[in-house]
Amino acid sequence: MNHSLLEARGIHTYYGASHILRGIDFTVRRGETVGLMGRNGMGKTTLLKTLMGVVPSHKGEIRINGHVTTRSQPCRIARHGVAYVPEGRGIFPNLSVRENLVMAARPGVGGRRDWTFERALKTFPRLGERLGHGGGQLSGGEQQMLTIGRALMTNPDLLILDEATEGLAPIICREIWTVIGAIRDTGIATIIVDKNFRAISSITDRNVILVKGNVVFEGDREALRSQPEVLKNFLGV
Amino acid sequence: MDVYTFLIQVLNGLQYGLLLFLVASGLTMIFGIMGIINLAHGSFYMIGAYLAWAFAAATGSLFSAILLGLVVSTLIGVILEWTVFRRLYHRDHLYQVLLTFGLIMIFEELRSMTFGDDVHSVAIPAVFSAAIPLTDTLSYPVYRLVISATCLVVAMLIYWLIQHTRLGMMIRAGASNREMVQVLGIDIKLVYTLVFALGLALAAFAGMIAAPISTVYPNMGGQILIISFVVVVVGGIGSVKGTLLAALMIGMADTFGKIVLPQIASMSAYLLMAAVLLWRPRGLFAVGGR
Ligand SMILES: Nc1ncnc2c1ncn2[C@@H]1O[C@H](COP(=O)(O)OP(=O)(O)OP(=O)(O)O)[C@@H](O)[C@H]1O
Ligand SMILES: [Mg+2]
Repeated sequence: MNHSLLEARGIHTYYGASHILRGIDFTVRRGETVGLMGRNGMGKTTLLKTLMGVVPSHKGEIRINGHVTTRSQPCRIARHGVAYVPEGRGIFPNLSVRENLVMAARPGVGGRRDWTFERALKTFPRLGERLGHGGGQLSGGEQQMLTIGRALMTNPDLLILDEATEGLAPIICREIWTVIGAIRDTGIATIIVDKNFRAISSITDRNVILVKGNVVFEGDREALRSQPEVLKNFLGV
Repeated sequence: MDVYTFLIQVLNGLQYGLLLFLVASGLTMIFGIMGIINLAHGSFYMIGAYLAWAFAAATGSLFSAILLGLVVSTLIGVILEWTVFRRLYHRDHLYQVLLTFGLIMIFEELRSMTFGDDVHSVAIPAVFSAAIPLTDTLSYPVYRLVISATCLVVAMLIYWLIQHTRLGMMIRAGASNREMVQVLGIDIKLVYTLVFALGLALAAFAGMIAAPISTVYPNMGGQILIISFVVVVVGGIGSVKGTLLAALMIGMADTFGKIVLPQIASMSAYLLMAAVLLWRPRGLFAVGGR
């Protein structure tokens, strides 16, 4: 299929009176890994929340898997094949590790059941050792693995990762990047927001840079490398 | 007090406490999960009792009456959630109190219009109408034991539902992070509707099984509402486990209060509440957050 998996056109989003997203066009093709970059407060999280329907857009259109989802509830959008791992992770501390995974399980679009409880544990063996623990008892890295595992339990076509490695020790970050690479290789499309420019650009097919709610750059790794002024001006790298 | 009298009072306290649990568990779930203070919760106890009476009169069987009553009260619960309570989730508690207080009056008026203002009695089903003789003069009615046993089974079902089913996991997850539940593709509104209808059905069920021993009368929901709030507060708001323990304690305190200190019997539940809150200001099992 040459359809885009996700296609957003002319998105404007406000928080109260502040105009955050100012006409963003954003697409993700099937199986594509897209890096979403930008300095603090440029609107990355807001864009992801708008795509998920958590924050309403005031203008523009979003299509996911062929459905117009601009005004849909987050739970409908998720059921069109999108899994969202938010900033700050959002594990359920009052549920055990097992329950965090099991409660999310469902077949994906078209009834795919690639991701099972067993496969999630195989991907994150550490979780298997802690099934009975409360989500709140896990270390930061384990919590992040749990949210990614939980997202995969919904058998998504698109996985959205907002700052998945934030605040984690380098060795844990490396582990998470490895898993993200493995997930990408299974054909799941991903949108990745991360502060680590090097790690992100080494696995993405395409990168999008936001400045103050506008897309200022779009291109693959080579395009990004060949324009050091883009990195300097827009990312401060 | 001889040992048989004591035993009878323990059983009575247990039975009253378990019945309170059915009403209070719905109240605490609806508050703990959706953040709603539902003053009209007691009305469902009353509605249950009246439905049991009306359907028992029509069908001649309390069992059929309870089945029909459960269907009707669950339906009322679902409709009420869709039309009224859904609008209250993000409102201040003051609005919730005002609106649900209004609902109490509406329910009482509807009750008066449909069933009248008389006191009614519901017959104990023949199979359970016996009494177990304890001494020459003392005996214990089987039906009260049946109530206790039924409530225990329901309590276990609630526990199983919340702790061991996926719906229960979603309910608990929703109490901790509603938005996250939704982005996982779970329709939290549907979960709320189910919890709400379940809570109200539990209160109605309590009214139905209690009808044969308590009689059916106007405003019977008011009393049970107040004592159920005491149970919820003692147990720790939002904790079903705490509610069970608190309900049993209040049941015992009320029953034994009437015998040991009849002068202050009507206060015993409140004295217990005061004592517990002095010791643990947030109740026996305080639930974090909120
Ligand atoms: N709930 C909110 N209400 C009002 N303003 C908000 C809210 N959330 C974010 N903002 C503002 O919107 C802008 C974009 O925020 P956003 O969180 O999307 O940025 P970001 O690119 O994800 O930044 P970071 O790298 O810090 O996560 C910021 O100026 C922020 O202050
Ligand atoms: Mg952000």
